[in-house]
Amino acid sequence: MKSAAVKSQLFAFAAGSLFAIGLVVSGMTQPAKVIGFLDVFGSWDPSLIVVMAAAILTYTPLFWRISGRSMPLFAAQYLIPTKRSIDTRLVLGAAVFGVGWGLAGVCPGPALVSSGSGAPYMLIFTTCMLLGMLLHAAFESLVARTQNARGDSAVSDP
Amino acid sequence: MTEFTPFASAIGGTMIGLSAALLLWSHGKIAGISGIVGGLLGRPRAGDTSWRVSFVAGLVLTGVVASLLSPGSMQVGIERTVGALAVAGLLVGFGTRLGSGCTSGHGVCGISRLSVRSVIATLLFTVFGAAVVYVVQHVLGGRL
Repeated sequence: MKSAAVKSQLFAFAAGSLFAIGLVVSGMTQPAKVIGFLDVFGSWDPSLIVVMAAAILTYTPLFWRISGRSMPLFAAQYLIPTKRSIDTRLVLGAAVFGVGWGLAGVCPGPALVSSGSGAPYMLIFTTCMLLGMLLHAAFESLVARTQNARGDSAVSDP
Repeated sequence: MTEFTPFASAIGGTMIGLSAALLLWSHGKIAGISGIVGGLLGRPRAGDTSWRVSFVAGLVLTGVVASLLSPGSMQVGIERTVGALAVAGLLVGFGTRLGSGCTSGHGVCGISRLSVRSVIATLLFTVFGAAVVYVVQHVLGGRL
């Protein structure tokens, strides 16, 4: 029982490590390369699209094969998003993320991996990114509380 | 600005795809970095944190080792003021959580699952990113 718990953590660690090596090998830990990809009107560097295409081509057949199995090795079930609606949160969130991505050339994966270098650029970015995520958690609980309050008053109204 | 590196990009991308498959196979989870980290902040659910901590530890510790073995692989290559970096970080953190995903969750895993939400999100953050880079590089002269 105990060894299964350790093994489960080792698998998660290995997945994170492999993800990081992939980002480093592909050059995605260098903000200049990401900016080079987004700079379609400058000297465009299409590397990022090759990274994405290779990742998608690798993951697609594996995703369908694995998710068809009865259950994961260390969990009761597969947790795969089921939401289909294109809502305001999705559109606004993607747009806001895009603006930040364009400003610094860093997205969440590379932010965490490159913070390991101790570069001030990455440490400042990543600290603020985590802060932004916390702000979002606070925002969502505020929204939920306001909705609850409204719901309650609607129920108590005669 | 930087050189096109198709071979290294293809190898690295394949590793990212394999990593995502490994996480799905072992833990049944989608390898979206903003979701994995975000699940640790705010009010984490009991029993749903240890695999997240291990995955993030894998990311960061590998980053430390890689920066020692090959400092060039972590070269920043551009300059930004502290203010610009802070704003960028806040927007990326808030935006990825509001939009339920980033380059990995929507871009890689979502597109592989043929999720329309993820295709739309990926198009949107790429177009907005390119628009900002256009303004910074070609209107402001690359200084920010």
